[in-house]
Amino acid sequence: MDKPFAITLDPGSSLANLTGSWRTLRPEYVDRLPPCNAACPAGENIQGWLFHAESGNYEKAWRSLVENNPMPAIMGRVCYHPCEGACNREQVDSAVGINSVERFLGDEANKHGWQFAPAAPPTGRRVLVVGSGPAGLSAAYHLTRMGHQAVIYEAGPLAGGMLRFGIPKYRLPREVLDAEIKRLTDFGVEIQLQTKVTNVLEAMKDGFDAVFLGVGAHIAKRAYIPAGDACKVLDAVAVLRDMEGESAPLLGRKVVVYGGGNTALDVARTAKRLGAEEAIIVYRRTREKMPAHHFEVEEALQEGISIKWLTTIKEAGMSEDGGDIMVEKMALDDKGFPQPTGEFERIEANSVVLALGQDADLSLLDNVPGLVVNKGMIEIDAGMMTGHPGVFAGGDMAGNERTVTVAVGHGKLAARAIDSWLRGETWVPPPRHELATFERMNPWYYSDAPKTMRPVLDIIRRQSTFDEVLGGLDETNALFEARRCMSCGNCFECDNCYGVCPDNAVIKLGPGKRFKFNLDYCKGCGICATECPCGAIKMVPEGN
Amino acid sequence: MLKQMEGSRAVAEAVALCRPEVICAYPISPQTHIVEALGEMVKDGSLTNSEFINVESEFAAMSVAIGASAAGARSYTATASQGLLYMVEAVYNASGLGLPIVMTVANRAIGAPINIWNDHSDALSQRDSGWLQLFAETNQEALDLHIQAFRLAEELSLPIMVCMDGFILTHAYERVDMPTQEQVDAYLPPYSPRQVLDPAEPVSIGAMVGPEAFMEVRYLAHAKQMEALTLIPAYAAEFKAVFGRDSGGLLHTYSTEDAETIIIAMGSVLGTIKDVIDEMRQGDNGGHKIGVLGITCFRPFPLAGVAAALQHCKRFVVLEKSLAIGIGGIVATNVRMAVTGMGLKGYTVIAGLGGRAITKKSLHAVFRKAEMDNIDPVTFLDLDWKVVNNQLEREKAHRKSGPVAEALLRDVGVVAARNY
Amino acid sequence: MSFQPVKFYQTGTFTVGNRLLPPEERSVQSSDKRFNSINSGHRACQGCGEALGARYAIDAAMEATNGQVIAANATGCLEVFSTPYPETSWQIPWIHSLFGNTAAVATGIAAALKVKGQTQTRVVAQGGDGGTTDIGFGCLSGMFERNDDVLYICYDNGGYMNTGVQRSSATPSAARTSTTPAVGSAPGNVFGQGKFLPAIALAHDIPYVATATVADLRDLEAKVRRAMEIRGARYIHILVPCPLGWGTAAHDTIRMARLAKETGTFPVFEAEYGEIKSVLAIRHPLPVEDYLKPQKRYAHLFGKQPKVDVIAHLQAQADRNIKRYGLLEQGTR
Ligand SMILES: Cc1cc2nc3c(=O)[nH]c(=O)nc-3n(C[C@H](O)[C@H](O)[C@H](O)COP(=O)(O)OP(=O)(O)OC[C@H]3O[C@@H](n4cnc5c(N)ncnc54)[C@H](O)[C@@H]3O)c2cc1C
Ligand SMILES: Cc1ncc(C[n+]2csc(CCOP(=O)(O)OP(=O)(O)O)c2C)c(N)n1
Ligand code: SF4
Ligand code: SF4
Ligand SMILES: [Mg+2]
Repeated sequence: MDKPFAITLDPGSSLANLTGSWRTLRPEYVDRLPPCNAACPAGENIQGWLFHAESGNYEKAWRSLVENNPMPAIMGRVCYHPCEGACNREQVDSAVGINSVERFLGDEANKHGWQFAPAAPPTGRRVLVVGSGPAGLSAAYHLTRMGHQAVIYEAGPLAGGMLRFGIPKYRLPREVLDAEIKRLTDFGVEIQLQTKVTNVLEAMKDGFDAVFLGVGAHIAKRAYIPAGDACKVLDAVAVLRDMEGESAPLLGRKVVVYGGGNTALDVARTAKRLGAEEAIIVYRRTREKMPAHHFEVEEALQEGISIKWLTTIKEAGMSEDGGDIMVEKMALDDKGFPQPTGEFERIEANSVVLALGQDADLSLLDNVPGLVVNKGMIEIDAGMMTGHPGVFAGGDMAGNERTVTVAVGHGKLAARAIDSWLRGETWVPPPRHELATFERMNPWYYSDAPKTMRPVLDIIRRQSTFDEVLGGLDETNALFEARRCMSCGNCFECDNCYGVCPDNAVIKLGPGKRFKFNLDYCKGCGICATECPCGAIKMVPEGN
Repeated sequence: MLKQMEGSRAVAEAVALCRPEVICAYPISPQTHIVEALGEMVKDGSLTNSEFINVESEFAAMSVAIGASAAGARSYTATASQGLLYMVEAVYNASGLGLPIVMTVANRAIGAPINIWNDHSDALSQRDSGWLQLFAETNQEALDLHIQAFRLAEELSLPIMVCMDGFILTHAYERVDMPTQEQVDAYLPPYSPRQVLDPAEPVSIGAMVGPEAFMEVRYLAHAKQMEALTLIPAYAAEFKAVFGRDSGGLLHTYSTEDAETIIIAMGSVLGTIKDVIDEMRQGDNGGHKIGVLGITCFRPFPLAGVAAALQHCKRFVVLEKSLAIGIGGIVATNVRMAVTGMGLKGYTVIAGLGGRAITKKSLHAVFRKAEMDNIDPVTFLDLDWKVVNNQLEREKAHRKSGPVAEALLRDVGVVAARNY
Repeated sequence: MSFQPVKFYQTGTFTVGNRLLPPEERSVQSSDKRFNSINSGHRACQGCGEALGARYAIDAAMEATNGQVIAANATGCLEVFSTPYPETSWQIPWIHSLFGNTAAVATGIAAALKVKGQTQTRVVAQGGDGGTTDIGFGCLSGMFERNDDVLYICYDNGGYMNTGVQRSSATPSAARTSTTPAVGSAPGNVFGQGKFLPAIALAHDIPYVATATVADLRDLEAKVRRAMEIRGARYIHILVPCPLGWGTAAHDTIRMARLAKETGTFPVFEAEYGEIKSVLAIRHPLPVEDYLKPQKRYAHLFGKQPKVDVIAHLQAQADRNIKRYGLLEQGTR
């Protein structure tokens, strides 16, 4: 075409005009730390695995999940899911059912027999792991992944620690536990049962380069209660441990449980299932102060457990008829501490189960130099190492927060630190990303979708059997639930930045590859950052 | 084929022979019969491949033509007077974008006071719009000029106004020689646009051009028009070869070989003037050395041609149907530019405004006086001085502004009375 | 409904893209092969809603016609920032003639295409609110009335922005512009004036009339797509916030459009042959203050003594829209 001068122009020629020079602020893609991830004691990349679950790629989701936690089917049942408490979606409608999706993925893996990806080539280094509770299993798993040989010495007859000998079946069916432990042993984790370690340094002489201790806390704390013969006084850990034995413990028709933690609830609920007409929890303080989780208290109440708050046990089985206990009413003082009132009451009881917490048995460490024990707990550094080089510890024995998830997280961290230590390095935790707070997001974009409720077992069966109380999600609602995730702080390829840029200055790199800015043309308006639903774009001042 | 028909009809048929693809119509006298005729031809199927669009204004008419032309369609419209003024912004735009639209202007006075009769004020108001302007002397020429105009416009990528006197030509029944379709097709190739809106080869037409290139754009438009000065005679010659008649060209002389006085004019009045000249040269009181220069192409203005035509005369009289209020003639000013330095006496005769009849009698009188250099530099033919002076007197008495207007008129006379 | 709502896909169709949707259900803008009808390097202000709206609309038209679009453009920001010599941002055949004649130019193009039998090529005319509701209104109405095969798109930023933010007949009540300054007893633009062109377009009974905003991309694209399925005169009026004229942050452009819609200030609907067919319902109803406050052109309403009466008046206007168009009820009529 013989174009007239100046008034007619060649298409798209404005590319010659680099409007990037106008910019004072520059957009940058960031990966912010989703609050769920930040809250997960096991350090799961929740948003990361939900991302795959959202597209229905459950295997990939599971694989992503098990990079941090090898036991999703277990976690999906017993974890108290602090992630959900932190979930940003709570501020839109209700938190994402992370835990239920996790369980779904774990169950899918068990159903389909998915195995872990092959471990790194063997390093030739051997690490002793003491205890096959979640801390030990997790440490052994991660060490194995890194190519080290991990051998677990377990005192008990079966692996799992409190997962097996504490948490009741109706919350964690044993097939689930067995399946996930089996996957670990198939993977190469070696477990030597009935092998109690009495002297760590001695045990390490079996050719180990380092040791991870995860012995838990099994010694029941006791309170002095004068007791007569007519009323048995038992401890909760023992009762629950006996549940895994040949015959169920005999608790009688009327059972009183003393304590306010989850263990107390589990014992009371177990007693109910064992046929107790009455299971009563006696707790010193108020409901608000109870360390047990709200939902557990709720479930227990539904099952007919009664709870006496602001009450202490003075004596058991001391009266003439014997089958009762004496309790005293308490009242909170100004500071919120319970104080005796001098008001007493008798309650019928065939047994009293003490659920007052546990102490760790640290006798195996008696002769280890450099160790520091504080209030019954072993002191460790940021890399989970005790005062004795090469001796690491985690789980219930090393922390105030005693949960499965914390134990799994400890195991992971310890494995990383051990790996560094074996290479003569000191492990430093990687820097944490900035938190993806709700304010940094643009929640308008998310479809309205309330949380999916998990099916719950009917009440009769909950009171008489050890069948699992909470059901799982099916494919459809797991997918739905996964898709409720807002991918806080992490690009989920919604194409908003690519679409909303008035200057076409965002380059789409293709599925899974996210985007990049074309700074030749980006004028720095910041629409992309404002319209990014998940807050994965940050505007930073342009340097000169 | 010889036919007796109305001028408007003749033009419509000629335009139809040019195979216009888009025709925009909006009524205004005295142009209306042309688009009416075209509309009928499209509707009855005698003119095919043509979109006839009843627009809502002349501004839209020209704008539709702009769009159509830019999309590669041969586009045509017609207007006059108020209509031409109403579309002015688009008129300039069409030429600025170099779109070869052909438009008939059925010349008519501009209001206020509103007046439907003929003069040249409308077209001449657009003399600097970048359009070529051709003035027809007869209906035959009007018809012929349209055929040439499409060829010329499309070759130059510039729009052309073909001007014909309203009523005098548009509504006159005359005999015309209507060419055949074959003849027109042989002369006028299909429109091959210089630039076109086409998804296959996208361009942006109508950029904003700043000081860095605007002068050049304007100069190029000027240069394009200058090219027309050679192209127009060449196309007229070719036209003669195909159609067998002289038509078009830049200008025409009549009896000028020995003329001492040359009358210059445009349009249909040339016929009357030629009659008067004939009478002055022959007959009882003959022997006047007087001739005529008819200007067919007013834009581009054939400066050299005019100078050459006036080379041997002593004086010229521009008789024009337009008034540049505040100075005098429009055509005259252009002619004076052509004869700069030639030492000629020049007079402007403003005549026929708003359809005032230009009689042979009056022409005889004014030409004879002019031969004796006995007219005002700017003369108003057949002005009713009694009415004018009465009014001026009245205004002088009642309005403070009176003397200003009078002074202005006087100034016009004085200032313009200079020799070139 | 102008588009099919999808099942729950995280962000559904609210975001530009959605990797969970089958490719054929994704937006034009989400494609890495989209046309970018208006290229990078244009000189629109940072965060210009008009630049964005134009790309959304024209890309959608290009997609719907397989790249067969010719555009006529009115004078205004869009024209000035896209085609200053020696560069143009347009990648499609495009013409700018004048401020007030765009609809007519488009008619001419459509006529040329028709006569040449190139009916696969479609014509889009586009202009600002000034070029549409004021100076170009005559040509626009003529084009409507003749039912010419043209889609006219008005990018409404509520004023003559290119000439420095003067009032147009689309400037909302109470808004400050250079010609309706925030002074005197009734600061800003007068109440009781102005026109809502989509309603006037409806009155022409043309085949298709719709409104849209840059905040609802999928809706906008669906409307352009629908418009391209129809022959004859079509009109889409798109609200495009202007950071300069509105006094809003460059990054808030889409947010402002969203607020305009969610408060009911700007009704989003679709009509065929003069009958309203569907509305885009308000998702989370909000008071007009939420929309007004971030805009400096309404700053005079929120001084030390907020002009509660004026705000109430504006709220009443929004409420009337909500009622008139049924903006709280999603769906087809
Ligand atoms: C009744 C109950 C219910 C609970 N419910 C939940 C719950 O729902 N969710 C939750 O997150 N947490 C729950 N917890 C807490 C959770 O079980 C523990 O925090 C977690 O199991 C601690 O893991 P660990 O690996 O540190 O120790 P453990 O699980 O206690 O495992 C320690 C293992 O080490 C072995 N061991 C000990 N000493 C030696 C030795 N010398 N040599 C060899 N092996 C040894 C033990 O036999 C045991 O197998 C519950 C606890 C109880 C008691
Ligand atoms: C006939 C005419 N009058 C006035 C102008 C000056 N002018 C150019 S753009 C413009 C404002 C355009 O406003 P609008 O159409 O709303 O588009 P915006 O710039 O706001 O996008 C004006 C008044 C002009 N170019 N032509
Ligand atoms: S919405 Fe998703 S990423 Fe955000 S906190 Fe909840 S689970 Fe984590
Ligand atoms: S003034 Fe407004 S409409 Fe014009 S370019 Fe700037 S932001 Fe866009
Ligand atoms: Mg505007």
